[in-house]
Amino acid sequence: MDKILEVKDLHVDFDTYNGVVHAIRGVNFHLNAGETLAIVGESGSGKSITVRSILQLLASNATISKGEILYHGDDLLQKNAKEMDNLRGNKISMIFQDPMTSLDPTMTIGKQVAEPLLIHNNVSKKDALKRAEEVLRLVGIPNPAARMNDYPHQFSGGQRQRIVIAIAIVDYPEILIADEPTTALDVTVQAQIIDLLRELQQKIGTSIIFITHDLGVVAGIADRVAVMYAGRFVEYGSVDDIFFNPQHPYTWGLLDSMPTLDTNEDARLNSIPGTPPNLLDPPAGDAFAPRNAYAMQIDEEQQPPFFQVSKHHFAATWLLHPDAPKVTPPAGILNRYEKFKKLGGNAK
Amino acid sequence: MEQIPQTPKEKFKLVHDENNAEQEKISTPALTYMQDVRRRLFKNKVAVVCLTLISIIVLISIFAPIIAPHNPNAQNVTMSNLPPKLGNLNIPGMNGYQNMGGKMVDAYKQAGAPKGTSFILGTDYLGRDLLSRIIYGTRLSLIVAVLATLVDLLIGVPYGIVSGWKGGKTDTFMQRIVEIVSSVPNLIVVILMMIVLKPGLTSIVIAIAITGWVTMARLVRAQTFQLKEQEYILAARTLGESSTKIATKHLIPNLSSTIIIQTMFTIPNAIFFEAFLSFIGIGIPAPNASLGTLLSDGQKAFRFLPYQMWAPAIILSIIMIATNLLGDGLRDAFDPQSSEH
Amino acid sequence: MTKYILKRIFYLFLTLFIIASLTFFLMKLLPGTPFSNQNRMSPDQLKIVKAQYGLDQSVFVQYVRYMGGLLQGNLGTSFQFNNEPVTALIGQRLAPSMQIGAQAMVVGTVFGILLGAVAAIRKNTWADTLATFVSILGLSIPSFVLAVLLQFYLAYKWRIFPVALWDNFQSSILPTIALAALPLGTVARFMRTEMVDVMSSDYIELAKAKGNSSWKVVTKHALRNSLIPVVTIIGPMAVSVMTGSMVVENIFSIPGIGEQFVKSITTNDYPTIMGLTIFYSFLLIIVYLIVDILYGLIDPRIRLGNGGKE
Ligand SMILES: Nc1ncnc2c1ncn2[C@@H]1O[C@H](COP(=O)(O)OP(=O)(O)O)[C@@H](O)[C@H]1O
Ligand SMILES: [Mg+2]
Repeated sequence: MDKILEVKDLHVDFDTYNGVVHAIRGVNFHLNAGETLAIVGESGSGKSITVRSILQLLASNATISKGEILYHGDDLLQKNAKEMDNLRGNKISMIFQDPMTSLDPTMTIGKQVAEPLLIHNNVSKKDALKRAEEVLRLVGIPNPAARMNDYPHQFSGGQRQRIVIAIAIVDYPEILIADEPTTALDVTVQAQIIDLLRELQQKIGTSIIFITHDLGVVAGIADRVAVMYAGRFVEYGSVDDIFFNPQHPYTWGLLDSMPTLDTNEDARLNSIPGTPPNLLDPPAGDAFAPRNAYAMQIDEEQQPPFFQVSKHHFAATWLLHPDAPKVTPPAGILNRYEKFKKLGGNAK
Repeated sequence: MEQIPQTPKEKFKLVHDENNAEQEKISTPALTYMQDVRRRLFKNKVAVVCLTLISIIVLISIFAPIIAPHNPNAQNVTMSNLPPKLGNLNIPGMNGYQNMGGKMVDAYKQAGAPKGTSFILGTDYLGRDLLSRIIYGTRLSLIVAVLATLVDLLIGVPYGIVSGWKGGKTDTFMQRIVEIVSSVPNLIVVILMMIVLKPGLTSIVIAIAITGWVTMARLVRAQTFQLKEQEYILAARTLGESSTKIATKHLIPNLSSTIIIQTMFTIPNAIFFEAFLSFIGIGIPAPNASLGTLLSDGQKAFRFLPYQMWAPAIILSIIMIATNLLGDGLRDAFDPQSSEH
Repeated sequence: MTKYILKRIFYLFLTLFIIASLTFFLMKLLPGTPFSNQNRMSPDQLKIVKAQYGLDQSVFVQYVRYMGGLLQGNLGTSFQFNNEPVTALIGQRLAPSMQIGAQAMVVGTVFGILLGAVAAIRKNTWADTLATFVSILGLSIPSFVLAVLLQFYLAYKWRIFPVALWDNFQSSILPTIALAALPLGTVARFMRTEMVDVMSSDYIELAKAKGNSSWKVVTKHALRNSLIPVVTIIGPMAVSVMTGSMVVENIFSIPGIGEQFVKSITTNDYPTIMGLTIFYSFLLIIVYLIVDILYGLIDPRIRLGNGGKE
């Protein structure tokens, strides 16, 4: 498979009133052509910052202190402002979380959708607007010709998110980054938006990085999943790997706090106790250790490396070290292992 | 993949979560809101400088009778219009010399002033010591400002609370009044009041306060509206606490930031109005000095004796700038989001 | 929108009516005769003069008469200035006041917007600090202090501008600067706050994500969105310019309405004070109304109503 994007050892720091926040602390991942990679993690774990680094859309107090972001082998961090402008909205585009505030309230939606075309392609205004209309139809805005001249406040939340998606895909991007595109929406609308993204991916063949803090929506869209905690990835693999053969206690926690259909007699959410560490002064060992019921002494002292579980499945937990004691994961996870075996996987 | 480091086996022992508690303790101690506000205010250098300046000016005004070197209203016609002189120090511009027909002459000698006489900021056309007049003038201007602001608070805060708390028809009616009062340019009302009332301190305070309370009332009303729906207030209401008690115990403390910030902007406004009225001659009556009357007197002589205008102009501007900036600083301190660092 | 405008116009007249009534009765409260400043008159003379002005009637009759006159656009007759009608006085003096007032508003707004925008875009840099400093000075230094300083240094000492004279454009420059300082400071601060807010909004983020250059993000999205709310402070700015004009016209001897107003105050010319008060209020209420309508027209959220499909 073609790696179109590869992020290597990314570090992002924020200069704040209280000191330097080490928000991203060595993130590595890649994106294959045509696939959907989901990044999951509690809010504040650094998902947005990770993907914003790709487009260099970070707050002014942020610095990418280390790392490489290779797009077709080219390091984006070496590009100048103009070269980055040319990529944004053209090759790589982005959808933000809150559709209610993502659109310019004083510009008609037709113009907003046409804008990327006018920026990146040498097209006439008329052609751009015509294409905008087509794309609005594609994303499911009814009667787009009549609504081109309407303003954002005249649309519902779900419709606005469709418009935001239209803006993102109007120039056929190679990579579409969707940062929690459904979090602010009703559950029914969420499902519609996910369906739309999947449908669009098939039509225009874009690769997607899909961010969410809700594992529930991941199964419906992703090919691979990366789990993020406190500015690092802790586990990544295929959807099946993560859902049915999770190895990191944090992933266990996330899965356990997710309401599923077949555990509906016990549908209450067991959210993970405790709070994420303060990244002003990141812990030396595994950042999850203080909240981890399976923590070992080494978790507090030393950052766990990634252990390979299967061909494409890796997890950064000392529990996978040959010297680690055998632990019994929570019942919910054991159930998942059972299912994994049925699927023909080789669970631990 | 990364190399798996060599680690002693005993490190791989489950420790369970006995250090969970420790983690909680490390998190920063919760500061109370007011401490937090103060810390943020004192971290703001501009605000601290302004606060210091204002404190100095207020202290000088309070102790004016002790600090002022002369009686501010004592006239001495032989000593009129003397330029600034600072003891026997020979600083150009502060040495008692004056340009007369192209030559620098010692104005003090010419006026026949006894040896050793010196007026740091010079004297005015009636031979009154300008420094003393400025000290007393600042005092009077500040008194006007503080009184006007107090009246503002006494009308505006209860009005806003009642309007916001009662809501419905009462609120609509009270807001109509606010709308009408605020659509009249307040300076015109102030001037009309000054014409009708006898010139003097009380009249100025009344004239300024008669329109000034409107802004305060508006802000307090808007805030009360929001607070009304808060749970602790709803709880207090269902528990049957009296309205006055709710107002003093729950509302006012939560309104305090709005009120303090608005007060910081009312003060320079009142100082401006006093100066304006006195400048056009309907403010503080002679012989008393205020910053406005000093400016007005100074302006008449400005061409020939610019120092008579400069001193009050600078003091007035410093007070205005410092209060405005301190207001900004307080707003940032109370509401850090408004200026995220 | 039409209904809203009609409602506003109704309130405009209501407000004017209340102002006129209050002004009238306030003036009636004044002690002594309005002629105390004139040469002494014999009781007989006084009677004649009083009758001439209708002052021998009951207060109520005078009030009805006065309000009736107002409806016909009659603002009363000046006690001084050869019994000129106040409207005629205004007619003669409107042009200079309007000229410096309008110049000050335009200069203050345009430079205020520029200053505020630069401060917001270059937030937390020296440019921001400088812009903030300038706007604080503009806000804090009273226009009459600035006017006197400008007059002394630029006109009297260095002779770049005429001292106090009203004939050509040159002579309007210093008063304009003195008057423009306050609106400039106000607009700059307001604009900065608005624009900092806008620049951190999600739609600006999206505009960047579309590939707009920083310049285009500002010109195509940020400026328009921060300018719309600036319209709302035009009303208060008009008030401050009007206030300032009273003293600034006086200092520069400009034959305008502000100068006339101050003169009427110092000479107890009550009919003129009343007439000008009502005129000023009328002017400002009209400005407020226009600003309101303008705001509705340029902001699509108001123009098209908020009844979107939420
Ligand atoms: N502008 C900023 N200044 C300081 N710290 C920031 C800033 N933006 C983000 N952070 C830090 O980075 C962490 C990760 O944020 P983010 O990527 O937005 O989390 P999420 O996973 O919810 O998208 C946050 O916990 C926060 O501490
Ligand atoms: Mg996020």
